[in-house]
Amino acid sequence: MQRELIERLNALIGEGVGKRVLGWKRGEFFYDTEPAILAADQLDELVYDSFCGPNLSKYLIQEMPKLGEGEKIIALIKPCDSYSFNQLCTEHRINKDKVYVIGVGCKGKIDVDKIRARGITGITGIDVDGDALTVHTLYGDEQVNRKEVLLNKCLSCKGKEHRVFDEQIGESEETSTGDDRFDMVKKLEAMSAEERFAFWRGELSKCIRCNACRNVCPACSCVKCVFDNPNTGVQNKAAADDFEENLFHIIRAFHVAGRCTDCGECSRVCPQGIPLHLLNRKFISDIDELYGEYQAGEEVGQRHPVINYTQGDCEPSIVHERGSNA
Amino acid sequence: MKMLKLANLGGWLSAINETQRVYLPIEAADQVNYGVWTPDSVVRLDALRTVKSAKDAFFPQVENMMNFKTEGKNVSVEMIDPKVENFVVLGVRACDAKSFEILDRVFLSDPYDPFYAARREHSTVVTLACGRPDENCFCVNFGIDPADPKGDATMWIVDDTIYLRASTEKGEALVKDLEDADTAPVEAQQAKTREICEKLPFGKLNLKGFDGDHLMEKFNNPKWAELSRACLGCGTCTFVCPTCQCYDIRDFDTGNGVQRYRCWDSCMYSDFTLMAHGTNRPTQVERFRQRFMHKLVYFPSNNEGMYSCVGCGRCLAKCPQNLNIVKVIKALGGDEA
Repeated sequence: MQRELIERLNALIGEGVGKRVLGWKRGEFFYDTEPAILAADQLDELVYDSFCGPNLSKYLIQEMPKLGEGEKIIALIKPCDSYSFNQLCTEHRINKDKVYVIGVGCKGKIDVDKIRARGITGITGIDVDGDALTVHTLYGDEQVNRKEVLLNKCLSCKGKEHRVFDEQIGESEETSTGDDRFDMVKKLEAMSAEERFAFWRGELSKCIRCNACRNVCPACSCVKCVFDNPNTGVQNKAAADDFEENLFHIIRAFHVAGRCTDCGECSRVCPQGIPLHLLNRKFISDIDELYGEYQAGEEVGQRHPVINYTQGDCEPSIVHERGSNA
Repeated sequence: MKMLKLANLGGWLSAINETQRVYLPIEAADQVNYGVWTPDSVVRLDALRTVKSAKDAFFPQVENMMNFKTEGKNVSVEMIDPKVENFVVLGVRACDAKSFEILDRVFLSDPYDPFYAARREHSTVVTLACGRPDENCFCVNFGIDPADPKGDATMWIVDDTIYLRASTEKGEALVKDLEDADTAPVEAQQAKTREICEKLPFGKLNLKGFDGDHLMEKFNNPKWAELSRACLGCGTCTFVCPTCQCYDIRDFDTGNGVQRYRCWDSCMYSDFTLMAHGTNRPTQVERFRQRFMHKLVYFPSNNEGMYSCVGCGRCLAKCPQNLNIVKVIKALGGDEA
């Protein structure tokens, strides 16, 4: 598929559709891919394979001002990333007219850390043959089933459909395990307040406040974050007490509620493996329950329930009712 | 050489813990980081890389430096006494052990840092040799031997046995009551590790041209724009790095005074070293360049060629978008220079 893709990109650039391509390029290892913007003469560096996990949609924001009148950038968008793309269009952070979207097929992306978690380390290469992965290491070869080492976000795959595209290349495959993506949220809801507090304290206390979650998040697209601005009085590079990081994440989840597409990048990038997406999923599950099912980024121009009003909306008293049962 | 059964590690730690705290790799919520040992700790000496490095033991992410209290028109200043009790840092890999030498250059040169100095003085460092380096390891480029790390004492874990060698009086105090051991199993493991080191994919990086003589050439290299393109501007690489040492000093308003603390800072951040006129690193290209120029050019040109990278591989393993120092070395070093 990669060769087909590069040929098509060359043709598109030749036809003058765009001059540059937002995609991925190969790093030092087979599994190591890096988001990249490639010009026509760099297209041989382009890679599209089972390791292209990062969501590229947010990179388009910084490309918008660089595009001249009528000029387009060609972007490779996976089905799940197309939700973030639409959401950013809705928020006027991306102008669809300036992007030629190639919906690239996706059969799930591999999480190399899950391979490492099996004690397979010193990985120097991986051969992919359908679902059979042969992992070459400094200590010999190992066999792994691809389905068992997919990124967590792939386990609750949004499906094969690109919600936006100008053309599509490659086959897609739904990779969700069939488990309800809210299972863990329900488990947390079923806990006592003390247990839930202990769970989140354990997780959030690992936070080193590197801000990778915020910086990768397509819903966190403020030009300058309030926490980076010394003039706000709330800027902090360090916590005043050991609860501050905990609050940071909770507040951030509030801020993206209704706009979060559940792309899962926050948890993917966290160096401390904090399951941050669970905070967002709690909000999504509440929105579904209180306002009816809603998926951010499904269409451009949606008004999400948090900023919309319908007569069927829940009453504000829900806050008191829920708050009282701790 | 002394020895201890791995199964008896808890007993040994418990004995040390009677007089001093032990700081070592512990698993909590699925991640391994350095933490203070308690009998309930899940000790993970087998973890090749802790998420955060061992530098926290001497240079914690946040620490109070002084307090100001106001009462009416009076302001009183309370200095925090950096006095610390003796403690042990245990399980430090060769790369992290080397990072202490680098941090010493920064914090112990004039004007020395009393907080850092007090911790260094009261610590005993017990290192742990690597038996299974991985593809992201490249310490060997910086004259580090992962099979024989330096420290007050050094451990090797072979099968179910820990072998220990003391190199200083402090180290001797910890191991003196343990059983004597033969050195052969350790030598066998060392030979194997060194053989693997020969095969490491980043074992022979070409660092030619990373020195003060090529400063402007490196600084002005047009490749920085491309190298930094995918950078999110998060601080992951700097916060997991064992040699990143930048900090900020800030005031926290307590309501009736000020708590002056210092905290790690990151050159990846837009407000790093922000001055009245603004910033001299307006985009991520300059911020990204700063980090690697510091490690590979500025630091060695001020410190007799000592790079401030130890090849621990954390930035390789942790960068969300797979950017790292190896890519920079390969793009700008060697015959490319």
